Amino acid sequence: MRRRHLAGWRQVSEWTEGSPRVIEVAGLTKRYGRVLAVDDLSFRVEPGRVTGFLGPNGAGKSTTMRAIVGLDRPTGGTVRIDGHRYVDDRAPLQHVGALLEAKSVHPGRSAHNHLLFLAQSNGIPRKRVDEVLALVGLHEVTRRRTRTFSLGMGQRLGIAAALLGNPQVLLFDEPVNGLDPEGIIWVRTLLKALAAEGRAVLVSSHLMAEMALTAEHLVVIGRGRLIADTSVTDFVGQAKSRPVLVRTPDPVALKPVLVGHGADVAEEPDGGLLVRGMEAAEIGQAAHDSSVVLHELTPQQASLEEAFMELTKDSVDYHATVEGVQA
Amino acid sequence: MTTATPGTGTAAAPVRPPGVAPAAQLLRVMRAEWTKLRSVRSTLWTLAATVLVSIGLPALISLAVINSPRARGTDFDAAGFSMSGLFLGQLIVGSLGVLVVSGEYSTGTIRASLSAIPQRLTLLVGKTLTFALVLLVTALVTCFAAFFLTEAILDSKSYGVTLSHPGSLQVVVGGALYLVVVGLLGLGLGFVMRHTAAAISTVFGLLFVLPIVANFLPQSWQDHVVKYLPGQAGQAVFSTTPQPHTMAPWTGLTLFLGYALLGLLLGGVVLRRRDA
Repeated sequence: MRRRHLAGWRQVSEWTEGSPRVIEVAGLTKRYGRVLAVDDLSFRVEPGRVTGFLGPNGAGKSTTMRAIVGLDRPTGGTVRIDGHRYVDDRAPLQHVGALLEAKSVHPGRSAHNHLLFLAQSNGIPRKRVDEVLALVGLHEVTRRRTRTFSLGMGQRLGIAAALLGNPQVLLFDEPVNGLDPEGIIWVRTLLKALAAEGRAVLVSSHLMAEMALTAEHLVVIGRGRLIADTSVTDFVGQAKSRPVLVRTPDPVALKPVLVGHGADVAEEPDGGLLVRGMEAAEIGQAAHDSSVVLHELTPQQASLEEAFMELTKDSVDYHATVEGVQA
Repeated sequence: MTTATPGTGTAAAPVRPPGVAPAAQLLRVMRAEWTKLRSVRSTLWTLAATVLVSIGLPALISLAVINSPRARGTDFDAAGFSMSGLFLGQLIVGSLGVLVVSGEYSTGTIRASLSAIPQRLTLLVGKTLTFALVLLVTALVTCFAAFFLTEAILDSKSYGVTLSHPGSLQVVVGGALYLVVVGLLGLGLGFVMRHTAAAISTVFGLLFVLPIVANFLPQSWQDHVVKYLPGQAGQAVFSTTPQPHTMAPWTGLTLFLGYALLGLLLGGVVLRRRDA
């Protein structure tokens, strides 16, 4: 299944035109009444790599993407694609493809006709419609009305629409929503393949783990503001020092020793000690020096998820508080 | 994966958006709008219902007329009679006009449409022209068919008139144009309000409720006000016997078109200003 999609992709990219393009968001601000959805946001999306657009729900990801394709008029700032405004382009689907989060298909229209009208409006050859439908694996249901489509099939149709004009810039808002595991792997592979062909690919997600597997670069936002614009590797590294899980039969003896070394020691419910501020090797040495036996010494992996929580904890709109429930 | 290879026609310098002329873009939009119209079953059914009602209703009523014992005098408006189905047909066409736009908003298709055509007024103009053309063809066929069928039935009692009879052509062509304008009124209000129920209520309010409300005015006011109401102005065209206090046929239809264009203008302002 996957191989066929990729083979189809190779075939259709023969008429790739133009050079790699970049997205430049500069000082973008969008206000809905009293709500500031995007606040002076600036970043670039470079060609040739997948850029993950990360943030908690309500951070302004979808608004930013809608502003890029001219659906929302910015309150301030500009968005340029290779130096041009999207709204000045008379055949934008040939340059920018977008899968937006909200549904945009009439349930009474077939997948084929949905793509056909989009193709006609942008001077894209009719045969391209069947090509992209085959590419996303919908070639057997092209004449079926989309009312009967599953969430995943609808998502595939949205991806087909984004690829219709063979654009050099691609935006995907939560593309794996509603996809089954096979579909998720397919999207990951597709995104990487698109980037490898030199396209600029911006993918939003609120799932960090997904981005760790797909993106090379991250733009992280919270409450409409830029939090980080960095490579995935650096992003994880930026997170505060990794804690180390220590188990010993004599925690009463070990704890003051580690605190004496400037570490922050927390007791876990199961009797383990979670040590921050010391490397595993330093802990082992300190334990040896004070003749304390260790049963376990495990550095905890700081996941992208944790790094993200760490960075965005102040910018999440709604916290679920455990304290509130207990009180 | 394949990358753009030099020398195969791919330019290295940044490529400006292709210079498709505004007129060429409008033609593309119209082709796309035609695809949109014909690819949703409800549009086709609605148009079919308009045709059926507008032809069938006058035919049925004329059957009743020829079977009625009461004889009709020379003031019997046989041509106008053949357009009686338009009073019902306009309901369907007005709703269709609204739905062509509000349906895009309720299903989210408008986001796909505006992503493909960020020049919002071009989208509005293309949609309007396409819808008007489709309606014009349908309405002309319908009104001529209604005329010939009705007159053929009425002819059995020699009430019928021919197309060359004074005023007949005005009634038939005017009736068709009236239907087109009702559709455009719906389209414009669809762009203004975006919500099906609100826009359809407004169309019906303008065409049916306003004259009823105006009936409560003193008679001397009515004579000066009612004839300028959208429906009354437009309907002047399908009557061959001039009534007192109605507008001249083509002047009335032109005023009705003016109301519809005003709606489209407002719709254009809203479309340009508001986020999609």
